[in-house]
Amino acid sequence: MSSNTEAIRELAQQEYKWGFVTDIGEDRAPKGLSEEIIRFISAKKNEPEFMLEWRLKAFRYWMTLEKAQAEPKWANVHYPPIDYQAISYYSAPKQKPSLNSLDELDPELLRTYEKLGIPLAEQKMLAGVAVDAVFDSVSVATTFKGKLSEVGVIFCSFSEAVQKHPDLVKKYLGSVVPHTDNFFAALNAAVFTDGSFVYVPKGVKCPMELSTYFRINAAETGQFERTLIVADEGASVSYLEGCTAPIRDENQLHAAVVELVALDDAQIKYSTVQNWYPGDKNGKGGIYNFVTKRGACRGKNSKISWTQVETGSAITWKYPSCILQGDNSVGEFYSVALTNNYQQADTGTKMIHIGKNTRSTIVSKGISAGHGQNTYRGQVKIMKDAAGARNYTQCDSLLIGDKCGAHTFPYIEVKNSTARMEHEASTSKIGEDQMFYLRQRGLKAEDAVSMIVNGFCKRVFRELPMEFAVEAQKLLSVSLEGSVG
Amino acid sequence: MSLLDIKDLRVRVEDREILQGVNLQMNAGEVHSIMGPNGSGKSTLAQVLARRETYNVTGGEVLFNGKDLLAMKPEEAACEGLFLAFQYPVEIPGISNAYFLRSALNAIRKYRGLEEMDAMDFLPMLRQKLKLLDMDDKLLNRSVNEAFSGGEKKRNEILQMAVLEPKLAILDETDSGLDIDALRIVAEGVNAMRNPERAILVVTHYQRLLNYIVPDRVHVLVEGRIVRSGGPELALELEDKGYGAYDAGAGASA
Repeated sequence: MSSNTEAIRELAQQEYKWGFVTDIGEDRAPKGLSEEIIRFISAKKNEPEFMLEWRLKAFRYWMTLEKAQAEPKWANVHYPPIDYQAISYYSAPKQKPSLNSLDELDPELLRTYEKLGIPLAEQKMLAGVAVDAVFDSVSVATTFKGKLSEVGVIFCSFSEAVQKHPDLVKKYLGSVVPHTDNFFAALNAAVFTDGSFVYVPKGVKCPMELSTYFRINAAETGQFERTLIVADEGASVSYLEGCTAPIRDENQLHAAVVELVALDDAQIKYSTVQNWYPGDKNGKGGIYNFVTKRGACRGKNSKISWTQVETGSAITWKYPSCILQGDNSVGEFYSVALTNNYQQADTGTKMIHIGKNTRSTIVSKGISAGHGQNTYRGQVKIMKDAAGARNYTQCDSLLIGDKCGAHTFPYIEVKNSTARMEHEASTSKIGEDQMFYLRQRGLKAEDAVSMIVNGFCKRVFRELPMEFAVEAQKLLSVSLEGSVG
Repeated sequence: MSLLDIKDLRVRVEDREILQGVNLQMNAGEVHSIMGPNGSGKSTLAQVLARRETYNVTGGEVLFNGKDLLAMKPEEAACEGLFLAFQYPVEIPGISNAYFLRSALNAIRKYRGLEEMDAMDFLPMLRQKLKLLDMDDKLLNRSVNEAFSGGEKKRNEILQMAVLEPKLAILDETDSGLDIDALRIVAEGVNAMRNPERAILVVTHYQRLLNYIVPDRVHVLVEGRIVRSGGPELALELEDKGYGAYDAGAGASA
C-alpha cells in the first residue's frame, strides 16, 4: 500500500488555513489568577453583585481543587502540567465602549470575520443565520437581533444578558453544570468572560439557525466562554457553533461550559464544528480543548440533540451529555472525531435516564490517522425509576495507517429491569482493496481516502444543517493531512 | 500500433514468480480471452495491468495506447481509459452508487480536460445505462456494493464500465458466481459495448461466458506463461479436454 500511503501523505501537506493572526489592539489582564483578577474581570464587565459572588465562590472552590491537584487525570490523554498562573484570563479587542451598528466595529476585526467566512453583515440576510462572534474573550457582534426579538427570542452575548436579563441568568446559570462539577467547569465559572445566551419563549419555534463563531486570537491567553440556552415550554431552536484559532507554538487553553435547558415539549439541537488549531505535524502547539457541555431535558417530551464534528485541537476532552429528567424525553449524541498527527481526543457522552420512557441514541465515529489517539468514552445510566428507558449506542472506529490508536470505554449502569439497551461497536481500517477499487475508477488517492471517510461519517453528517455538513466534509479532507507515516 | 502491447512481463509475489514472461498484443476493436486453470496467474495479470501496487513487476514492458503503462498509478491508468471489472467488487459504506459513479466519471473527464458533468446531465445518462443491464433504479441510492447480491455486484461492475466507457476493459472472472440469467444479461451488456475503438480482455476459467461473448482470440495461460493462442474454437477444445494437457512442462510444446 506504499504508494497509496505516499499519496495520502502528499495530499495532506496542506497547512491549517485558519492560522492567521489579526493585528488589532487588545485590552488584556495581567497573567495569573487571583481574587483580584476575578474582581477585575467582573468590574470590566460591569457586572451586578450576584455575578461577582458567583465567580468568587467558584474561584475559591477551584483553588481547593488546584491545591489538591484534582485536575482530572482519568482521560486517555497526555500533556505536561498546565501553569495556570502563566495565562492571561481576559483579552478583549480594543473598541469603543458600545456599538450601535456593525459599521462601528474595528474594520480589521470585520476583515477577520470575512476571512473566516462568517456572514456577519446584516445585509447578508439571505444566509439566514444569526451570528454571535466571540473574539478572544469578548462577544463582538450579534446579528439579526431585531428580527429575533420580534418573536421574542433573546440571542445576545452573555455579558449583555447579565445586564439586560439578570433574572433569567440568575435562574439558569450553573443549574445544569454547577461550578462544583469538575476542575475546568470551576475554572470557567470563575473567569469566563463572555459567550452566548439564548432564550426561546413558550411555544416559539426560532425562525432561523442561531450561530456562534469562536476565535482565539491573542497569544498566551485562554478562552473561557460560557453558553446558556433555554427553550421554554413548546419552544424549539437549532444552534451552531464553529471555532478557529491562529497557529501558535505554545499550547492554549480553551475551557468552555455549555448549558442547555429544555422544558416541557421543548427541543434544542446543538451542532458544533470544532476546528481549533491542532498543532503542527510534530505535535507542537495547538489548543487544549477541555469543555463541559450538558443539556437537561427537564420537561416531559423534551428533546436535546448534540451533533459534533471535532477535527481540531491538540487535545480534546469533551462529553456533551443529556440528563433525561422529564418523562418521554429524548437525548441524542452524534459525533465525528478525527485525530491526525499527534492529536489526542477523549470524547463521548453521558446519557442519564431519570424519567419514564426516556430514550437516547449515541452514534460515535472516531477516525485516527498519523500518530493520533482517539478515545470514545460514554456512560449510559438508567436510574431506578426510569421504567421503559431505551438506549441505542453505535460506536465505530476507523484507522488510517498503523501508528494511530482507537480506544473505546463504554460504561453502562442499569437500575431498572425494564430498560432496553443496545450496543454495537466496530473497528476497521481503510483497506488497500477499497483504495485500489476507487483509484481504479479514476479517483486520486487523497480523494479516495476522503470518500471512504465521508462514507464512514455519513450517519452523523446527516444530522447537521446543510451548510454545516458541506463544511464538515471539506474540513475532514483537509484535516487528514500527513495521514500515514 | 496495438492498443495493448505486453512484452515479456514478469511479476513476483514474495519469492514466487507468478508471471514468467507474458507476451500479448491487442488491437482496438478486438475481444480477447485469457483462459487458464486456478493459480495460473490470470488474476495477477489483470491486476498488474490495472496497476495494483501489491505486485512486484520484475521485468518486461507494457505499452497502453503507446504509453508506458507500468509507470502509471492506478488512477492514471483508469483516466487513460483502462477499466477493470473486479472479480470481488469492494463495498464502500455510506457512499451512494450514483455519487460514486459521477465522482469517478468526473475525475476521468477532468484528467482529459473535459468539463465536469452535473447531476442534471448525469442522471438521465445513468438511467439509460441501467436499462441496458436490467438493473433496478434503487441500486443507485444504495451504498456502493453494500448488501448487493453476487449477481448485482457483477452487474454493477458492468454498469460502471458502461458509464466510464473505457478504451480497454478487463473482465476478471466476471462469470464467477452468476446464474445463467444474470450471465446472459451481463454478456449482453458487454456485447453492447463492443465497438471498433474499444478492446475487451475477458479473463475466465470456464468457457461458458464465451458462448455469449465470442472472442476474436483465445490465449491459454498456464504457470505464468501463455502456452497457446488461437481462435474461439480453442475455448471449446479446452472445455472438452481440460487444462490437463498443459500441465507443468507441457508448455514447451505450445
